[in-house]
Amino acid sequence: MEYRSKERDIVVQFEGVGFSYGPIPVLENVHFHIHRGEFIALVGPNGAGKSTILKLLLGLEVPVRGRIEVLGKTPKEARERIGYIPQHADHDPSFPITVREVVRMGRLKGLKRWSPEDEAAVNQALAQVEVKDLAYRPFQALSGGQRRRVLVARALAAEPEILVMDEPTTNMDAESEARLFKTLGELKGSTTILIVTHDTEFVSALTDRVLCVGKRSKDGRAHALVQHRTVRVPEASSELYGGQVAKVLHEETLPDDSCCIEQGRKG
Amino acid sequence: MRDFFLALGNPSLPFLRNALYAGILSSILFGVVGAVVTVKRIAGLAGSISHAVLGGIGLALFLSVHNIVPGIQPLTGALVFAVVSALIIGFVSLKAQQRVDTAINAIWAIGMSLGVLFLAKTPGYTDLMSYLFGNILFISTENLILLSVLDALILILAYRFYPQLEASAFDEEFAKVRGVPTEGLFLAILILTAVAVVLLQTFVGLVMVIAMLTLPAGTASYLARNLASLMVWGVVFSLCFSVGGLALSWSYDLPTGAVVVVLAGAVYVGAAAIKLGMKHVA
Repeated sequence: MEYRSKERDIVVQFEGVGFSYGPIPVLENVHFHIHRGEFIALVGPNGAGKSTILKLLLGLEVPVRGRIEVLGKTPKEARERIGYIPQHADHDPSFPITVREVVRMGRLKGLKRWSPEDEAAVNQALAQVEVKDLAYRPFQALSGGQRRRVLVARALAAEPEILVMDEPTTNMDAESEARLFKTLGELKGSTTILIVTHDTEFVSALTDRVLCVGKRSKDGRAHALVQHRTVRVPEASSELYGGQVAKVLHEETLPDDSCCIEQGRKG
Repeated sequence: MRDFFLALGNPSLPFLRNALYAGILSSILFGVVGAVVTVKRIAGLAGSISHAVLGGIGLALFLSVHNIVPGIQPLTGALVFAVVSALIIGFVSLKAQQRVDTAINAIWAIGMSLGVLFLAKTPGYTDLMSYLFGNILFISTENLILLSVLDALILILAYRFYPQLEASAFDEEFAKVRGVPTEGLFLAILILTAVAVVLLQTFVGLVMVIAMLTLPAGTASYLARNLASLMVWGVVFSLCFSVGGLALSWSYDLPTGAVVVVLAGAVYVGAAAIKLGMKHVA
């Protein structure tokens, strides 16, 4: 595990967060925090509440209990500094829009119009994700993998401090997946990355910590969250995550503040 | 067709020139609003509102004829009903997504039925045909000014809020994350669409409004690369259909609204067939 300085601040903090969809409890007593520059995998089976955690983080949903702080603010206030890649890329197949216009959406800020700086940021994001050659193609004419990379570019166009990805490799071919993780590798350290995946066994080797949502609460309905350690799997053993794979050790549950204990030991 | 263009220059036929101007001015609304209605997939909402306004028209005529509110114009009643219907449908869509269909159809049916009830108790007013098909040949200069004002307003708003409009139609959740007030924008779109529908409907009738909000944008979608070009092509097709329909109806002595709708429908079906054929060949 890499060295963490004591100064590295906390950018995401969940404290005792509970959430229900109407009468249906989804999350209970969720505690975790993320330091600036960390690469975090949020894993868990389908329906465990991973996407709900992201929606809470983005202020799209409000917790019924507990407190969430993002970049020292409420999620709603902070969300313009978050790059978000949603899970469902099921956009209207007849919507007329080019790749460049999709990426430019990442530069939106409330009711403002575009500026020349926005165009420069769009160019940079297109280059970062290696989709510059697709810039003027219709978005709907792309393959599933290309579309998801364009959505990554859209999130990066915001020059975000935190990048949040919900199952980014869904419907992605191996080449697109390798390219995505190459880009993420380049961002690691400078951007805080939270990646959600339903693959509970393996995560990208870029991962610093694994947050696992799925442990049932006492009444067996809502889900809580625990932390696990990972071990690196030899390279080229898999096409997953561009061949850079780590195995999640579910049998080892780490304390909530394990990252800070680690920091204290080394720093 | 030649007689139409000769008649346009005839000083004793000013109503024909007004009809042409109305065709041109309403094409801007049909193109721009139609593009938004198409990408936001709210044609059903526009259809519901345009039917519900019959309630407002009936109420205004009832109040006026019975001297309860003397002189109230049918347009005023229609506008009030349209905005109220838009707000009800809008709030139901935002707050209880599974019930949208019920709300849309309820507003549609209740509005129309109220209109029929009020008209039944309003002596001397039974002309439902003008509500359905309008009569573009009766357009006054005041109507043209009103249309121009609405054109200017819609163009300014579409330009100013284009990024927000595009993002919320393409990916509403993402637009929200980027700080776009998507719910307010949705309600604003519904209200403006309702107002546009009412004004256009008064001039060209209900059937033509529904057809022209969907068919030009539908035909344009075969050519458009983005929302802006969908709007521009929508205006171009609306212009062709309105002016072409007016000329044909004049030349062959046919009802204008119906000719415009049939022309727009024929081109749309033709374009769809060509697209399908091209796909098949490829």
